[in-house]
Amino acid sequence: MEAIQKFTISVYTENNIGLLNRLSAIFLKRHINIESLTVSNSEIKNVQRFTFVVKMTEKNIKKIIGQIEKQIEVIRAFFHTEAEIIYQETAMFKMSTEHLYDEIIQERLKLRRANIVTITKHYFVIETTGSKEDIDRLYDRLLPYDLLQFVRSGRIAISRPKMAISEILKESKEK
Amino acid sequence: MKTIQNKTERIIGAEAVVKCLLAEGITLGYGYPGGAIMPIYDELYKYQKQFHHILTRHEQGAIHAAQGQARVTGEVSVVFATSGPGATNLVTGIADAQIDSTPLVCITGQVASHLLGTDAFQETDIIGISTPVTKWNYQITKASEIPETFAKAFYIARSGRPGPVLIDITKDAQLEAFDFVYKKCNGIRSYTPAPTYDIEKIKEAATLINTAKKPMIVWGQGVIIGKAEQEFKAFIEKCGIPSAATALGLSALPTEHPLYVGMVGMHGHYAPNVLTNSCDLLIAIGMRFDDRVTGNLNYYAKQAKIIHFDIDPAEVNKNVPVDIAVLGDVKETLKEILPFIIENSHPVWHDEFKALYQKELEAVINPQLNPSKEGLTMGEVLKGINNETKGDAIIVSDVGQHQMFACRYANFKQTKSNVTSGGLGTMGFALPAAIGAKIGAPNREVVAIIGDGGYQMTCNELGTILQTQAAVKIVVLNNGYLGMVRQWQELFFDKRYASTEIISPDFVKLAEAYDIEAISVSKREYLNDAIAKMIASNKPFFLEVIIEKEDNIFPMVPSGASVSDIRLS
Repeated sequence: MEAIQKFTISVYTENNIGLLNRLSAIFLKRHINIESLTVSNSEIKNVQRFTFVVKMTEKNIKKIIGQIEKQIEVIRAFFHTEAEIIYQETAMFKMSTEHLYDEIIQERLKLRRANIVTITKHYFVIETTGSKEDIDRLYDRLLPYDLLQFVRSGRIAISRPKMAISEILKESKEK
Repeated sequence: MKTIQNKTERIIGAEAVVKCLLAEGITLGYGYPGGAIMPIYDELYKYQKQFHHILTRHEQGAIHAAQGQARVTGEVSVVFATSGPGATNLVTGIADAQIDSTPLVCITGQVASHLLGTDAFQETDIIGISTPVTKWNYQITKASEIPETFAKAFYIARSGRPGPVLIDITKDAQLEAFDFVYKKCNGIRSYTPAPTYDIEKIKEAATLINTAKKPMIVWGQGVIIGKAEQEFKAFIEKCGIPSAATALGLSALPTEHPLYVGMVGMHGHYAPNVLTNSCDLLIAIGMRFDDRVTGNLNYYAKQAKIIHFDIDPAEVNKNVPVDIAVLGDVKETLKEILPFIIENSHPVWHDEFKALYQKELEAVINPQLNPSKEGLTMGEVLKGINNETKGDAIIVSDVGQHQMFACRYANFKQTKSNVTSGGLGTMGFALPAAIGAKIGAPNREVVAIIGDGGYQMTCNELGTILQTQAAVKIVVLNNGYLGMVRQWQELFFDKRYASTEIISPDFVKLAEAYDIEAISVSKREYLNDAIAKMIASNKPFFLEVIIEKEDNIFPMVPSGASVSDIRLS
């Protein structure tokens, strides 16, 4: 059996209603769980970028990419291994102000280069950016202090190899 | 973009829909009216001199009829349905068209845009529901979106690998007035209908073909959809390679062609299935290695090099890893490869096919076509139909044993003559599809071959025949069972016939209730006369043939087995 590994898929698309459904249906059809998903605009005006994180075999990811690219409004899809991308996630923690001067917390925040973005009489909010593991570690440290709220974003990633979307769009215009 | 008609005129959305259809050359559609699509139907009424609407008895019937028409014409067909249940009743046909690459534009009415998401009367999220089974879909909430959306829809449905497209139009958009102007679509920047072929791949493929000792071709519907029958024939005749069809590829090459060696797959012919695992080169053309074709993939053509000609890059290496992929439109790639092909005839290799065919002839085909037992067989009905139609008919089959008998035994002289639900296997497909096939090809004989089970799923469409007088010849092969499932129960479930015995009404009376001439035959001596009478009629005709109850379809590749372990009994 081929090894299952983590892949980050970047999909460049037109900005249309319903595309998220169309793309997620491809994963659903093959019974694949989406570990994380981020949708945003891209480096090109009116072109959206979907970033999926999935765990699967390399053989299957190639098939999935083919089926994603087949969708009419998909411009191009790419998949990358962990080594081929620079990636980050963001997380926010809301905690009671009584823990604000706790030395362990202060130490942790410094170590993680986390920021305190708001302090009120009753609560304060921490923001951090890093790898999934960085955020997991901070979460584990802060959990014993009665987290009032916790939220984290999906992965965003920049690929080391080129994803020449502008060129592809230019080519299709010339055709 | 080319401007076909650039005169602006102020009309409402519903009229614009009809004008878009006319601009695309569509003058006929199938459907069923209802609340949310009434403005469009009102325009269809006003445009009835230019546009013909066929009322079916159920939306599923409408879409299968459109599929039948699209399959025999190779052109886009159009379906109308209202919101809610009207739209959801289309879903089976949409999924069927998607998996069998049939070009359709489905137009559904939707509740007014201010009601969207409120669980309004007859509101369903048909965009959400149809997304996984459409090539593209779009919801129109403003009349001004209509021209561009329709132009895009037709372009997408018919180009590249065709498929169904759904346009959902809110009622307010149908009623809104706007300045209409129609421009045909000739390109979408994010969509490449057919990849540009790579001449190097074509040369590499030609080298493999020229040096192979035991090459074999398996072709699929891509040859028909690509209108590449001539190029295909020229190619196989030059390389002299034994050629087998998938169920949907049938009729692209005449059944009588000397290079035709039968159908591959679960109930296909013995020789091409067995020799798939002996050939040294397998050339797949416009087919997608469906599991019903390949059997167990771990034992599928492992010894052979594989070349795959296809228009859809997502099909390459999907099921079977290939050595050379020749991407592109087969009409072009088969034409391009021809000069590189060295003439050959592979006589010794052909003899292997002939020897295995003899074995199948004795064990399976002769007992089917010339039975010594009392009960009638499905094979002899097909033989009778072949004799009367001389292989010129369009055969529309439903799903089950009779479908496989039809695919195995029907003679085809012309392309686009085998209409069947291949990928989805939709029981109930044949009767409405045959109506659409007859409407799409009025000068051809259309014979529907249907089981007693599938017939009762959509026999309400006899009403459509009554109303349109589409001269469809309906043959129901009645064995009192859901035969294919019963066969599996017999072979793999110790004859536990769970819910497969089926009681049917008096089919003759039923047909007569719709004013259709009807005969039932249960004895061999009356069979051929009945078929002759049916084919001689120029009106709709119903023929029921009582078939031996527990007859089986063979050969058979059991589920999970290798194609070369195909059983003759």
